[in-house]
Amino acid sequence: MPYQIPWLIFLLPVCSLLIIAFILRPFFNNRPKLGGYVTIAAISTACALSLWVLATVIAAPGHKLDIPDFQWLVIGNLNVHFGLLIDSLTAVMLVVVTIVSLMVQIYSQGYMDGDSGYHRYFAFMSLFTACMLGLIMADNLVLMFLFWEGVGLGSYLLIGFWFHRPSAANAAKKAFIVTRLGDVGFLVAILLLFAQTGTFDTEELHALAIAGTLGGTVLTWVAIGIFSGAAGKSAQFPLHVWLPDAMEGPTPVSALIHAATMVAAGVFLVARFHPLFEHSEVALTTVAIIGGFTAIFAASMGLVMTDIKRVLAYSTISQLGYMMLGLGTGGVAIGIFHLFNHAFFKALLFLGAGSVNHGTGTFDMRQMGGLRKAMPWTYATFLIGSLSLAGIWPLSGFWSKDEIVASALDKPILFYIAMLTVFMTAFYMFRAIFLTFEGEYKGGAPAEHGSHGPNNSYGPHESSKVMVIPLVILSVLSVFSGWLNVTGAFSSFMGHGGEVEAHGFIQGFFGVLSHPVPLISLAVAALGVFLAYAMYSARWISAEVMGRIFKPMYVLFSRKYWMDELYENVIVKKVLINGVFAVLGLFDEKAIDGAINGVANGTVAAGRELRRLQTGQLQFYAMFIVLGLVAITVCYYIFA
Amino acid sequence: MILKELQLLTPELSLLVFALLVIMLDLFIKQKKVLVVVSIAGILVSAGFTLSLWGIHATDILYAMLSVDQYALLFKLIFLVAAGLVILASQDYISKFAQFQSEYYALVLISALGMMLMAAAQDLIAVYVSLELSSISLYVLASFLKDQKSTEAGLKYLLLGAVSSAVLLYGMALVFGLTGHTCMPCIADSLKGMPISNIMQSPALLMGLILIVAGFGFKIASVPFQMWVPDVYEGAPTPVTAYLSVASKAAGFAVILRVLFVVFGATAWLSQDWGLLIAVLSAITMMVGNVVALSQSNIKRMFGYSSIAQAGYLMVGLAAVGMAAGSDALGRSGLLFFLMSYTFTNLGAFIAIIAISNKLNSDQIEDYTGMSKRAPLLAIALTLCLVSLTGLPPTAGLIAKIYIFNGAVNHGLLWLVIIAVINSVISAFYYFRIVKVMWMGAPASEEKVPSTWALRVALSLCCLFVLLLGVLPAGFMGIAQAAVKIFTGS
Repeated sequence: MPYQIPWLIFLLPVCSLLIIAFILRPFFNNRPKLGGYVTIAAISTACALSLWVLATVIAAPGHKLDIPDFQWLVIGNLNVHFGLLIDSLTAVMLVVVTIVSLMVQIYSQGYMDGDSGYHRYFAFMSLFTACMLGLIMADNLVLMFLFWEGVGLGSYLLIGFWFHRPSAANAAKKAFIVTRLGDVGFLVAILLLFAQTGTFDTEELHALAIAGTLGGTVLTWVAIGIFSGAAGKSAQFPLHVWLPDAMEGPTPVSALIHAATMVAAGVFLVARFHPLFEHSEVALTTVAIIGGFTAIFAASMGLVMTDIKRVLAYSTISQLGYMMLGLGTGGVAIGIFHLFNHAFFKALLFLGAGSVNHGTGTFDMRQMGGLRKAMPWTYATFLIGSLSLAGIWPLSGFWSKDEIVASALDKPILFYIAMLTVFMTAFYMFRAIFLTFEGEYKGGAPAEHGSHGPNNSYGPHESSKVMVIPLVILSVLSVFSGWLNVTGAFSSFMGHGGEVEAHGFIQGFFGVLSHPVPLISLAVAALGVFLAYAMYSARWISAEVMGRIFKPMYVLFSRKYWMDELYENVIVKKVLINGVFAVLGLFDEKAIDGAINGVANGTVAAGRELRRLQTGQLQFYAMFIVLGLVAITVCYYIFA
Repeated sequence: MILKELQLLTPELSLLVFALLVIMLDLFIKQKKVLVVVSIAGILVSAGFTLSLWGIHATDILYAMLSVDQYALLFKLIFLVAAGLVILASQDYISKFAQFQSEYYALVLISALGMMLMAAAQDLIAVYVSLELSSISLYVLASFLKDQKSTEAGLKYLLLGAVSSAVLLYGMALVFGLTGHTCMPCIADSLKGMPISNIMQSPALLMGLILIVAGFGFKIASVPFQMWVPDVYEGAPTPVTAYLSVASKAAGFAVILRVLFVVFGATAWLSQDWGLLIAVLSAITMMVGNVVALSQSNIKRMFGYSSIAQAGYLMVGLAAVGMAAGSDALGRSGLLFFLMSYTFTNLGAFIAIIAISNKLNSDQIEDYTGMSKRAPLLAIALTLCLVSLTGLPPTAGLIAKIYIFNGAVNHGLLWLVIIAVINSVISAFYYFRIVKVMWMGAPASEEKVPSTWALRVALSLCCLFVLLLGVLPAGFMGIAQAAVKIFTGS
């Protein structure tokens, strides 16, 4: 494979961004469909090339390709280069990102149809995809950080896509600022690493960590710094608060950025630097604990949400916590395998929610119901996605979730947390299914809610083909993607060949049911499904009664543990604005401004005085040259 | 042998031929636009010949008067690019002396020829002759408008230039008297032969060094030889000011770096001696340039002081070369990178100014108010160049400063870099004042500012390179490093 191919994968969405921004938007604004076509053409090509890269990496010795570096900046010993690191992790991520992105772009053509910002939408989507691809291929921290901020920018622009809605503008700001808090830690880690090792190169850093040159407290702090960046992007506790609000963006955006790819970038980052984490027990344990806690913490809030996108948002946070738990207890292969499966079924669920919204004009599940008949394709695919997410055998979610639960077995507390989360996940997903698709239709959105064109006068209706086809493709992937590791092939590809016992497909496929852990987790999931059925479909148990019995917990969950209030009222208003900022502001006004103004006035006054030397008299100028010469000579002989 | 030398001289010879051709054609041709085409063709041909010699092994020609090497070739290309851009940008200005177009183009070409010879000169005599060739053309160009201010500018430039030439010649004479050579490598050899104590105790040699630095100090506009700059910059036709501010300065640095490094870099002690001298002058130059620029209301005068300040930054690099005493090439390659960056940036700014002042008939900064509405593209380009002059990303100016400052810090000039950074902050004030009035003020009139396609091409090229050097510096740095390789042998 020519080494330009990976570069091309990155450059294709860049080109579609440039074409839309500089050609289509100014000159073809009356033909918005073109923007979608250009983006889809670019990303489908990138997707095909990514599959080629994956095939090449599978065949390559050591599952790694050598791509020549491109020198960017060389200053003394500092050598910043643009280089690509293509190994099994990158190849898998490439495939995930391009496939999900392609599906989302195709779907968006229907979802965004008629929106006045159609070109802008696809330009931002291209920007985001380019940055995401750059992030996963970058071979050094500087480049990685650049794209890391780039995906943050894409996320900001797309959450606030309907910026005329104050809630969307605020959500965009919140997402940007909260993730930035984590990024501070990441940046500190990068600088600390450079100060300690003098290199930004990922593989060199791996080698240093493995050799033990980079170790001890420094390594721990570096790993924790990297994790704090990852926690911001992947919405881990306590930086999870931005993700539910980010649902203000268009739903395909939520599917691509806030479910499948960008939020998974945090997991990817930890996986990319896993050799550093492996050599620090503290850091690895931190990752596992934060991940496990986030998994159950977010799932508990998902139990009581009434907005279908918010249920999915909390589910995403919870599943990201799962992946972190997997990375912390099991290793790269396990965490990334769940990321891989999750990307497909969660993108599917979000797109399904978007389809529901398209048919009913609302995201509020209390106004839905009975959509099974009106939207059969959406229902079927959503059901597959939910079964997969709930971890029902033999769908893809089962396989990766099983591995994570099993890897937590020797840490009992985390194991119980993981099990409880399995139960909650099954419950809230099927609660969503029963509320949305079963029972009676409750009328959809009140008239003023329809923000982007669903037509309520017909009642609920199935979405157009361009939206249904991506759902079908993703649901196929949600069924089968997990089977890749039935024989242990995925794990050995990710570099865990030694530990994985290889076995035949049939044996792995059915044999897993003879182990106790998968059976327990299946039973727990089935219990969750059953409880949801009993409460929301058969109504053997009244949801209201349950709500009254568990009132304190219900309030706690639905108020999101008062985290938003804690951040806004206590930390931001009391501590920062009235405390720290007020003091700093006073200092700034009196001390700094005073000093700056003094210096500035002095400088300007000096300029005015010196200017007087410029008399315009030629004789004076010549004299100045001679006097200058004399002065230099005298000083020179005195000091030299 | 002769043929071989002629071949190595093709860039200069072709330029000379085209310059003469421009003058001759003027006698027979009514359609004066042809002259522009011929001048640009001359520059392209000469640049083509320069590129055909690219990567050549250093060769002495004309009895070791000139050296054709990568260093000279790079500078030749810089001068040609500058001359070409200035000629393109002059199209909006040329109506003010339409009658004398051919002389104008020919003089620009001949001064470029002089600078090309300066960059290649390897003998003090050749240095002096080529310096005069370029300077005399520039004296005439400065007074080309023939109004009171322009004439005054030309005359001041001529007289002060004569003083500085005399100073330079005294310096060269002293060095010749002490060593008996005018050829640079021979002087260096003879200095290496002397015991260090002899050099240290030789007032004549040190006086020669000071006088030579002073002579070139005039050319590069270093304090205390900078007095001519604001008056000449203000009075000269704006394209000539642009040309003076980049090409003439670059030529000065081309020679001073070669003379100081080859001749006075002979021993480490001597090298660090002039390194410190340049460092002190550089600090004063930056301060004076930036501080006085603050209180200017005329944009050309302001750019005059700005160019003094930029010379100060360049001298930081030169001082680093001296302090390094040949131990690493960071200062030298950084200096060349800075010159490339400065050429495109300052030319870009001046080209925008040419178009705007032409319409306004004024060089007052306050008249630029609201220019973003009257000429959005010019305003964007000028803003980009001002950002680069300040030294902010993503432009060439930032990377250039990083290279130069890094070279200086590595060789014990941290104090100088601190002064330079403080100066960069001061400079932001007057550069951004222009940005502020252009973008935030309400325009006095809604009339659009016109510009010719030639000027737009020149301006776009400048902006393109300002961004390229800022975003993808490694390739250009590679060129600069290849150019200074010729010095590592000595």
